[in-house]
Amino acid sequence: MKPSISSRVIFGVLAWIAALVMFFPILWMLITAFKTEGQAIAIPPLLIFPPTFESFLAATNNAGYILFAINSVVVSIGSTVLAIAIAFPAAYALAFFPGKRTEFTLMWMLSTKMLPAVGVLMPIYLGLKEAGLLDTRIGLVGIDTLMNLPIVVWMLYSFFKEIPGEILEAARVDGIGPRKQMVHLLLPLSGPGIASTALLSVILSWNEAFWSINVTASRAGTLAAYIARFSAPEGLFWAKLSAASVLAVAPILVFGSLTQRRLVRGLTFGAVK
Amino acid sequence: MSEAITKTGGLRVTGRSRGSRQVNTLPLLLPAVALLLLWSVLPLLRTLFYSFEHYNLMSPPAVLNGGLNYRYLFTDVSTWVAIENSVILVVGVLFASIVFGTLIALLLNNDFPGRNVARLMAIAPFFVMSPVAALIWKNLLLDPVSGLFGWLMMLVGLRPIAWFSTDPMTAVIIIYSWRWIPFATLILLTALQSLDTDQLEAARMDGAHGFARLRYIVLPHLGRPIAIVIMLESIFLLSAFAVIYTTTNGGPGDATTTLTYLIFIKALNDFSIGSASAAGVFAIVLANILAFFLIRAVSKNLQR
Amino acid sequence: MAKLVLEKVEKRYEGFHAIKGVDLAIDDREFVVFVGPSGCGKTTLLRMIAGLEEITGGDFSIDGVRANDIPPDKRGLAMVFQTYALYPHMTVAENMGFALKMAKVPKAEIVAKVSQAAAMLQLDKVLDRRPKALSGGQRQRVAIGRAIVRNPKGFLFDEPLSNLDAALRVQMRTELVKLNKELQTTMIYVTHDQIEAMTMADRIVVLNGGIVEQVGSPLELYNNPANLFVAGFIGSPKMNLLDGEIVARDDHGAQVALADAGVVTIAADGIEAGPGTRVTVGMRPEHTMLAESGPIGGVADFVEHLGNETLVYVKRPNGGMMIVKADELAGIRMGDPVTMAPRTDRASLFGPDGRALIRRTFHLH
Repeated sequence: MKPSISSRVIFGVLAWIAALVMFFPILWMLITAFKTEGQAIAIPPLLIFPPTFESFLAATNNAGYILFAINSVVVSIGSTVLAIAIAFPAAYALAFFPGKRTEFTLMWMLSTKMLPAVGVLMPIYLGLKEAGLLDTRIGLVGIDTLMNLPIVVWMLYSFFKEIPGEILEAARVDGIGPRKQMVHLLLPLSGPGIASTALLSVILSWNEAFWSINVTASRAGTLAAYIARFSAPEGLFWAKLSAASVLAVAPILVFGSLTQRRLVRGLTFGAVK
Repeated sequence: MSEAITKTGGLRVTGRSRGSRQVNTLPLLLPAVALLLLWSVLPLLRTLFYSFEHYNLMSPPAVLNGGLNYRYLFTDVSTWVAIENSVILVVGVLFASIVFGTLIALLLNNDFPGRNVARLMAIAPFFVMSPVAALIWKNLLLDPVSGLFGWLMMLVGLRPIAWFSTDPMTAVIIIYSWRWIPFATLILLTALQSLDTDQLEAARMDGAHGFARLRYIVLPHLGRPIAIVIMLESIFLLSAFAVIYTTTNGGPGDATTTLTYLIFIKALNDFSIGSASAAGVFAIVLANILAFFLIRAVSKNLQR
Repeated sequence: MAKLVLEKVEKRYEGFHAIKGVDLAIDDREFVVFVGPSGCGKTTLLRMIAGLEEITGGDFSIDGVRANDIPPDKRGLAMVFQTYALYPHMTVAENMGFALKMAKVPKAEIVAKVSQAAAMLQLDKVLDRRPKALSGGQRQRVAIGRAIVRNPKGFLFDEPLSNLDAALRVQMRTELVKLNKELQTTMIYVTHDQIEAMTMADRIVVLNGGIVEQVGSPLELYNNPANLFVAGFIGSPKMNLLDGEIVARDDHGAQVALADAGVVTIAADGIEAGPGTRVTVGMRPEHTMLAESGPIGGVADFVEHLGNETLVYVKRPNGGMMIVKADELAGIRMGDPVTMAPRTDRASLFGPDGRALIRRTFHLH
């Protein structure tokens, strides 16, 4: 009655093959990170070797790396906190007090996300330059905040929509104002939703490369920019490069796997749940 | 942008409280709205303005030059090459991510031992930042001398391919596909999990087996999510930048220079802001056409 | 045309025994209702009959042919799901014709069968619509139409009315019963609502904890509940149950001394339990009378005037509650002390193991 055992085995094996093929480049990077530079470029490739932390140490002992890692943390967390702080009241207003312009506001916010970054590269670049914010963390935090703001508003909005409006109405009848409603009701009620929104925002700004490459240099660059520039002349430090990459990717892989399903909602603006 | 917004039509945000206007929502909305205006509309207007100027950072001052930038843009061969490259990249990656993304999602939706781990592994590349993805592929895998694939090809008696000099666009498409197939997988898998099991059982009672069930129940169910994946990926891929920056720098020659990369070169290599802005306006118009369809799909969803 | 027979049918999941050996024979054209509290296994049993769940023990046959391993679409049974399970991307006509299409029936024949069923269910005007554009009642009809079109030997319904509003539910109840007579097919209907069971069934199967507690016609179950579970489950308001002990017995009945109350006489021919047996006396609210100086005392705690009848909720000295269906004119008010007595010829009597000790027979006129 169920699919026969043999076809289930075949499909299970195929699924695992697909998963392993997709994961293999990451695995290979992880393996390479534990090699010495010599082992990393050896042909035939080494599968069995004494693992070494040499490359990790070399990568992290680099002052540049440390600075860029700190920048990544500061920028992704800073922009996330800011984006949520700005989006939270907006999503509250949109979800619980819909008016004539609510639909327009939501769609307009979404449409700003469709704007190709390169189309506004020059004005933003020149604007930052005029304000003295080129290659500063503040500048990049601002950019990432604004870049993620529409997604954060939308995601919070879709979580708020799941809270029965009557709860807030009851509070209003009791004379509890918007600020207290947000702090004492909405915040605890939508805890998991806010957490996954924050995670998505952290992931997106941690991985953001376009702006980081174009508006930062040696002071405020993030790991994405660091690794992108690593490519050029230094080349051939494959083991170190892999070690640095593993460290840059690991936290996001963990975050991403924590909240896979909820991410979809943010990534598709609620169109797929 | 406004084109896309005003024509969404018909969306109704369900009213919860009719007396809602007693609360002044303006102060709540203002920060978000004002900042986004500052972020999108203002720069957009500036881009539009620059696009009618002769403006090079190396040789100021800027002077209005009418539609000259646009005339150059559309008569320059490299523009059309860049557009062609963009189209090839977008279509190539879309094709791979829809075909493989759907297949993998269907496979992972079955029940098999270690399913959750396999799912995480298949989706993981999406969380790898583009520069890292680019470097893994460029060095560790596709390098003709020390890369793994080169060695594998030698094992089976083939000559290793120097991907980035002989067929750079294919290499770039492979790298982007590796990142975006998991995106399609993730979204389609989520959509599959929302497929009503009663519907599948009804189909079983109705005598739809294996392929028929896939053809008549599952794939129609995936129609909308696939459309959404196509639109989202098109928008992202039109702006694809970091992998090209990290691997080929648009080269060799203009082999991997997409519209986005062309604008980047004009702007931050040549500092010719006028012509970069004209190309930017063009890219924005293109993205708008796609955005129009995406926003329609999303607003339809809100109505439900 | 289907006679379904279950013999010692079992369902075991890992670490969970969902159906613990069910014996049941369902006759052709019969309307059988599976009823029981949630988790009793009624839906599982239905799905096993449908072929959607594997039968892990015992035998199931359709018209004398063993059907344990026949795939669901080959059993000749059609199922209507609680959620209707309509295919959202297909029109009403496509939904109804899907099974025939899968069976490679010629197009013209599909169209004919679909329009015939649609006419029967008043769906002819909405054949081109998608499920989304239908009302709840129409969706329900499409789900039934999808089953009818297959011309099945039997219909399986899994709580099909639970998503409808109350008025529509009552209407659909009668329509389903009529459909059963019109189509002359076997129907099995699962519900947790005992009123649905009572109003629709030829026979009711009461399930509890994976076993069959009793099988019988609605009146049989109402008047002769086989055990305390059925007594408590069937009937609304519930049967009053009072603990006691048989103190004397003769050929025509037993004297039962009730805890916290006097002695009542229960008419019972040929009862076997002797004096000293601990028993439970069951009396339905309409068989509990307000009687001056009756053996059972209490205080009217709450009086519910329903118009055609009046329910008096009586609080007993030991804290228990009893319900009496009283005459409007009795004039009982909250707080009044009352005394009650059972109708001796209608009360039930259950032994220490919870099984009924008396079986009453009634002659219908």
